[in-house]
Amino acid sequence: MRPLADAITWPLPTSFQPSVTTWTRGAAADDRSERAGDETGPGTKLAFERLARESIPSLYGMARRLVGDAAEDLVQECLMRAYRSFGTLEDPQAGLAWMQRILVNAFRDRLRKEARSVSEVPVEEVDEFSLYRTLADEDPLPYSDSLHVDFLHSFGREDVHAVLLRLPEIYRAPLVLRYMQGFSTKEIARLLEAPLGTVLARLHRGRKLFEKELWAYAKETDLLRSRAER
Amino acid sequence: MTERMIPCSEAVRQLWDYLDQRLTAREQADLEGHLAFCRRCCGELEFAKELQRFLASHGAEEIPPDVKEHLERLVDDL
Repeated sequence: MRPLADAITWPLPTSFQPSVTTWTRGAAADDRSERAGDETGPGTKLAFERLARESIPSLYGMARRLVGDAAEDLVQECLMRAYRSFGTLEDPQAGLAWMQRILVNAFRDRLRKEARSVSEVPVEEVDEFSLYRTLADEDPLPYSDSLHVDFLHSFGREDVHAVLLRLPEIYRAPLVLRYMQGFSTKEIARLLEAPLGTVLARLHRGRKLFEKELWAYAKETDLLRSRAER
Repeated sequence: MTERMIPCSEAVRQLWDYLDQRLTAREQADLEGHLAFCRRCCGELEFAKELQRFLASHGAEEIPPDVKEHLERLVDDL
């Protein structure tokens, strides 16, 4: 692989350097040449490194939910993009949110590049399923006093991860961004460059598919057997 | 506002939007009218809340040390 240092040089190109009116704190900080000896101010490589290092665990967790095993690749792409556009970060206090948005952008572009056509799941198909009712009817944990909660608590972190990866990306992404990462639906629509109505419809289908897949996974992997025997 | 009687299928379809406060005043009144007498849909609502908590609690994930180290090295090399 080509060394990254060869691909991108520091200091940043002029077009990426911050302006005094955006994110620097004070006029003196705007002049990089004056700051040659100050490696800690906003916009310096050190500031970028600090933000990037702090953000890596959170970005990785988010990427794992979005793309599974390709998470490290996606975070790398995000870090390189963030490095190139660090000068556009207006509020250093909102650095993590800024990085997360870059990660989602990279994810969206990756999807487009792969150009996989995914057909929408008909809403009637998913609406018929209710995990709540299925659990009540099948009663897979006969000794449980709180069946529905205990069912969910049977899933470990890796199980949830596996269930999420069963969902087509177009449904997984809004679900992860809304309910795991806390983005608003409007923000998701903006980041994924999709109409709000499309995002809402996919969220609905994604939730129902997630319920269906939780149940299917539990049955296929005998997840509940050990718990039921306890 | 007089609420409209809605069937369980419609009520269940609206539960997550209700929790996300995305229903219109009219839709909210209809749904709450339904929930006032339908025990099963109240159960569905509680389960929807539980599922939201479940999803929120699984958002974070420990990063493996070798991956973290690799990504930090990449930051240093940029």
